[in-house]
Amino acid sequence: MRERLPQGGRIDRSRRVAFTFNGRVYDGYHGDTLASALLAHGVRLTARSFKYHRPRGIVGYGVEEPASLVELLGADASGNEPITTVRIRDGLRAKSVNCWPSLRFDIGGVNQLFARVLPAGFYYKTFKWPDWQLFEPMIRRAAGLARAPTQPPANGHYEARHAHADVFIAGAGPAGLMAALVAGRAGKRVFLADEGTEAGGGLLTRRLRIEDRPAMEWVADAVAELAAMEHVTHLQNASVWAYREHNLMMVTERSPDHDSLLERSWRVRAGRVICATGAIERLLVFPGNDRPGVMLASAAQAYVNRWAVRPGRRAVVFTNNNSAYAVAADMQAAGIEIAAIVDARPQVPPEALAQVAGIDVLGGHVVVRTRGRMSLRSIAISPLAGGATRSIACDLLAHSGGWNPAVHLFSQSRGSLRYDETLAAFVPDIPAQATASVGAAAGLMTLPEVLTSAAATGGDVPRAHEAAYAIAPLWRVQAAGKAFLDIQNDVTVADVQLALREGYDNIEHVKRYTTGGMGIDQGKTGNINIIGTVAQQKGLTLPEVGSTTFRSPYAPVSFGAVGGLRTGEVQFPYRHTPITEWNREQGAVMYEAGARWQRPGYFPQPGESFQETVNRECGAVREAVGVYDGSPLGTFELKGRDTGRFLDFLYTNKMANLKPGHGRYGLMLTDDGLILDDGVALRLDDYRWILSTSTGHADAVNQQMEKLLQTEFPDWQVMVTAVTSQWNNATVCGPRAREVMEALGTDINLDNAAFPFMTFRDGTVAGLPTRVVRVSFTGELSYEINVAPRHMRKLWDRVMAAGAPFGIQPVGSEANHVLRVEKGFLSLGHEVDGTVDPHDLGMGWIMSAKKSDYLGKRAVALRRAADKPRRELVGLLPDDPNAQIPEGAPLTPGGRKEATEGLVTACVWSGVNNRWVALALLVNGRTRQGETVHVRLRDEVIAARVTAPVFYDPGGQRLRS
Amino acid sequence: MLLIPCPFCGPRNESEFAHGGPVRARRPDPDAVSDAAWVEYLTVTPNPQGPVQEHWWHVRGCGTWLTLWRDTTSHDIVKGPDDA
Amino acid sequence: MQRYSLFSLARNALSGHRNWARAWRSPPLQPAYDVVIIGAGGHGLATAYYLAKEFGQKNIAVLERGWLGGGNIARNTVTIRSNYMRDESIPFYVKSVAMFEDLTRELNFNMMHSKRTMVDVVQTYSRMRELRRRQLTMDIYGSTYEPISTEELRRRIPALTGGGPDARLPILGGMVHTDAGVNRHDAVAWGYARGADALGVEIHQKTAVQSLIRGADGAIAGVQTNRGKVRAAKVVVAVSGHTTTVTETAGLKLPLRTMNLTAFVSEPVKPLVDVIVNCPDSGFYFSQSDKGEMVIGGAPDAGQSFRRDIKQTVFEDTVTAMLSLFPAFQKLKLMRQWGGHLDIAHDASPIMSKTDVAGLFITAGWWGGYKAIPAGGLTLAHLVARGEPHPLMAAFTLERFRHLDFVMESGTTTAR
Repeated sequence: MRERLPQGGRIDRSRRVAFTFNGRVYDGYHGDTLASALLAHGVRLTARSFKYHRPRGIVGYGVEEPASLVELLGADASGNEPITTVRIRDGLRAKSVNCWPSLRFDIGGVNQLFARVLPAGFYYKTFKWPDWQLFEPMIRRAAGLARAPTQPPANGHYEARHAHADVFIAGAGPAGLMAALVAGRAGKRVFLADEGTEAGGGLLTRRLRIEDRPAMEWVADAVAELAAMEHVTHLQNASVWAYREHNLMMVTERSPDHDSLLERSWRVRAGRVICATGAIERLLVFPGNDRPGVMLASAAQAYVNRWAVRPGRRAVVFTNNNSAYAVAADMQAAGIEIAAIVDARPQVPPEALAQVAGIDVLGGHVVVRTRGRMSLRSIAISPLAGGATRSIACDLLAHSGGWNPAVHLFSQSRGSLRYDETLAAFVPDIPAQATASVGAAAGLMTLPEVLTSAAATGGDVPRAHEAAYAIAPLWRVQAAGKAFLDIQNDVTVADVQLALREGYDNIEHVKRYTTGGMGIDQGKTGNINIIGTVAQQKGLTLPEVGSTTFRSPYAPVSFGAVGGLRTGEVQFPYRHTPITEWNREQGAVMYEAGARWQRPGYFPQPGESFQETVNRECGAVREAVGVYDGSPLGTFELKGRDTGRFLDFLYTNKMANLKPGHGRYGLMLTDDGLILDDGVALRLDDYRWILSTSTGHADAVNQQMEKLLQTEFPDWQVMVTAVTSQWNNATVCGPRAREVMEALGTDINLDNAAFPFMTFRDGTVAGLPTRVVRVSFTGELSYEINVAPRHMRKLWDRVMAAGAPFGIQPVGSEANHVLRVEKGFLSLGHEVDGTVDPHDLGMGWIMSAKKSDYLGKRAVALRRAADKPRRELVGLLPDDPNAQIPEGAPLTPGGRKEATEGLVTACVWSGVNNRWVALALLVNGRTRQGETVHVRLRDEVIAARVTAPVFYDPGGQRLRS
Repeated sequence: MLLIPCPFCGPRNESEFAHGGPVRARRPDPDAVSDAAWVEYLTVTPNPQGPVQEHWWHVRGCGTWLTLWRDTTSHDIVKGPDDA
Repeated sequence: MQRYSLFSLARNALSGHRNWARAWRSPPLQPAYDVVIIGAGGHGLATAYYLAKEFGQKNIAVLERGWLGGGNIARNTVTIRSNYMRDESIPFYVKSVAMFEDLTRELNFNMMHSKRTMVDVVQTYSRMRELRRRQLTMDIYGSTYEPISTEELRRRIPALTGGGPDARLPILGGMVHTDAGVNRHDAVAWGYARGADALGVEIHQKTAVQSLIRGADGAIAGVQTNRGKVRAAKVVVAVSGHTTTVTETAGLKLPLRTMNLTAFVSEPVKPLVDVIVNCPDSGFYFSQSDKGEMVIGGAPDAGQSFRRDIKQTVFEDTVTAMLSLFPAFQKLKLMRQWGGHLDIAHDASPIMSKTDVAGLFITAGWWGGYKAIPAGGLTLAHLVARGEPHPLMAAFTLERFRHLDFVMESGTTTAR
């Protein structure tokens, strides 16, 4: 560590750390970043640039770093980390991104030879012939910086937390700490988050004093005082990356205090937000400003003061403002020779000069060139007005283009910005939410102002001193050579000039055409120079050019932290019934069946094919008896004296006249006249009803009912309770269902006359309290035995036992599908595909003409008045009884490849008919019975005869038997 | 994530609510209006670039349907259910 | 128009790139035009280009409130595809995809069109059935869609390591749409702008239309802008998201609502995924840009919104869905996120139509309208020039609402 200063710095010299960079082992101290540790070893070349593969070094000291990105290897593999934000620890392995085979001999460097034909936007003009896709793979491989992660983190997990605060403070520098002290002392709930490893912000890297003591002592006191307040949450390593609507702040904590925890994300809702985010130093733009050894002045100061590292031996400071003078003084105090301070301002303010007695200050000069192959050896300067250049040998050029208040969060909150001529920077103007900006984030650049603004609401302001800040903007140095506006994306002044010349003169055009400001650093150090360069070129002011939008995140955040623990079943919870366990034991194939229910599709027995299983289950229902778990059907209890009237509005058919003890099938439309749901309404007594709905639309029906009752008919007396999970049912169906019921033992009279179809009875079945409903979705005699969930498994076991002598089979969704198709019962998602009305399905009878109004009535009438041909439900019998038609297959005239005249909605092997049968929607289908139509497949046409959409027991005797 | 003022539960996160669409004109008497008026009632909703009155359902909360005015350009709730 | 090629690039390099012509002019605003198009986005610029090129109209102005190409074309996720379900939609998108494939040549501007195919990851049987239905209808119109096995899916997308047999939503298979591709959205805006300009179309940026002006006969007479009145007998509204804001000034009511749709990109990484990945059951889709960023999209916000940012809820839902199928992306970092607002019609299908105001045309309701830009421009130019809808868009006029004759593309895939 030959460049390590003998003392000082916020590093722990007792803890030595070994790490690997680009295959070489280095050491450093606990508290070092990868950047400070490498600089301590005199490593200057740390990266290659994106487009030209130019050698690059370390430019900044935090998230603003534009040049040096590394990829971490091994267990913590991840890409594109700014070298300045990676803390070293034993075993850390890192490599530079985007270079091959090595950083020093990077093949991509040949691009520098072609630089002349690679101006901004060159790819829009070339690579067109013969085809872009010929060039694309090469371009893609060349782009992309780090390698993509291929494995999830080997150990640990992410989590998310909610928090609430009266005052949320972003940034724990002097402003943030002061604001936190004021709010905390006033008893407010405070949430203070800062991206650094320790509190202090700018005080960490500078030698300032508060109350006549080193400023960091004040910081330590403040941190201790805050820690003692129970109502204050103070996080370091916590990046505030988004400011959302209604003061919702997103924070990612990078190293929470637990080994298994990788990162934690916080969603903090705050009464008031204080942006104490400080300011970011900006680059000066001059030829060769990207050479390793050219560094932001604030970074040079940080390496000297915070990490006790000499970033160079002989330095030149280049500036257009006062802040770099303290940097020169600090470097000199650390034993770095200051060859000169080059200040673009002809008149350097005396308060700046006073800080650097004995150093050669060249006012009115600029740097026009830098030299050195892999790192800086000398620079050339000349008077700003032009004239003779002279060379100065140096290995470090610390430069400062002034400071931009970090307005990112404020701008994300929709606050407007204003250009401040004195600061030559955009500063917060009018807030859009309950937000205040304090300190440097508000454009207050000296410590006394910072503390005063942060203490605005009360409290004593500690005494401090700092030389006044003054700047004369210099957006770019006018000299020949590649001067970089965006170091990460290799965007030069010439690129911006070309964009303007070609008419891409809006700042957004410039950004997109040149890609300036679109890198991982999002142009934190360079965007303002692009705006300044455009302004200069077009003869406009900066506000006239405007600024590009600040978007979240402020700094990159891992998707893992965003997701937290919400994966799999936490993300998509699923619903199941008390029979799920039993289904699994039987080897049922379970799958997602709508509305997040997992249901059994079929119950294969050893050696059976899918079709054999379905045939067996169907056969049982048609010839003997089957049972299925109908619990997922939506169930609602409606109470109140207006329930009948309400149902009459909800359903197309008349419900109010239904008698207690009876049930009725009903169809529900949207007001657009399209089918929303079908189901059965049971009337329990005068004022109590039970509705059952389809599984998939239960939630939509619930919403519809509540919305109507609460917003349209608030004076109607109807109370809706969702009871889907309060009732389970086993539905016993098949010609021997009654015998199974008898075997189960019941006090209900099962005689068909006493308990006919579409009625229900309360009573005991197999010793359990039940409500038994005679509905049928299979076309067979059916008893839907409803019980409380705690009785469901018992009921199921007893049904299986009682049914065994009759050959009872459990029936899955697949067999149910076959059974309903044979009967022509409609299915939401098949026949009902969002376009059909009841008439199309041959259910015109269900549209009450007597009721003056109900949902969808007028719309259906209006639509049908257009007299356009409609697609109507029909049955199809393929000419070849063994020909299966894929569901969804189109019907076309004559089977030609032309516009369709319908589609097959379902096609099943019908055991009772010993053939494939299908349902279809066909233009004018009802008048075309007996016709032959054609299913068009890719290389095949299937002819089929049009029939009525029912293939079994058209009279419905069996379900009434 | 909006912070929605529920008249019963106080301010709650948007994730507890289902959006219920903009508040539309009262449903006309279908026998008293023209086809065109009916189509307009069904298909045209207020779409202001500014405050819109809308329904929210506190479905994962108390179950109430509430209406508020939200600015579509800022998400600011300019008038809550309890505001006169 | 100055030709772009490797040779012109080399020639210009010799003169330090000082001799490139402007891609488009900034002419003075005239008091009257034959056609005024409001909105210099993809649809507005393409319409201007085809009006000039295919229909011989010369006196056209495109008025843009901000900067050309700055609306949704600057914000979308560049998915170009034709896997629709209905006869009304498929041929239009087949045409648009074909036009996109030829656009680099047509406009002499590299669109970087990459026909890299889209792969649907299917996780429910109902989705599988819907996509198979789509496949068979698409086949009639020559659009590609092929089922593939889960094994083949994982072979094509090695990063897809989630969704195993024990997952909450196991992967059941996939569908491959080889016609699908991505390209460079800015290039589409700039290419059309440059092409239209060369044909005499005037593009006026920073020219905000404040209201529509109707004549004594009720027909359109022009527009009022921040730079004064501009007369025109034909006015086209091509301002996705702001359609009703503009048309309300002429007293027109439209079945449109403005919604916000969001997208975000990861940090750039080396090539990992070569296809567009669409996961409709999980609710997200993405592709990797040539720069290496994963460009990711998900569901819209609840409620109407003219915002151009993103809500945390929607964003987290999209991210968590993605991590379930791509667990390695936990370590990938979010770099930038944004939103756009667009209008959606009552039946969620686009509207390209004459209106009750004679001479006023709208193109709106494009939900994923990027892929429709070339054919949308061509067919709208046809409508404006001929006064009758182009056959490919005949089903998409306002007329359909008169009888609630909706075009229901319900269940369109997540990918816009």
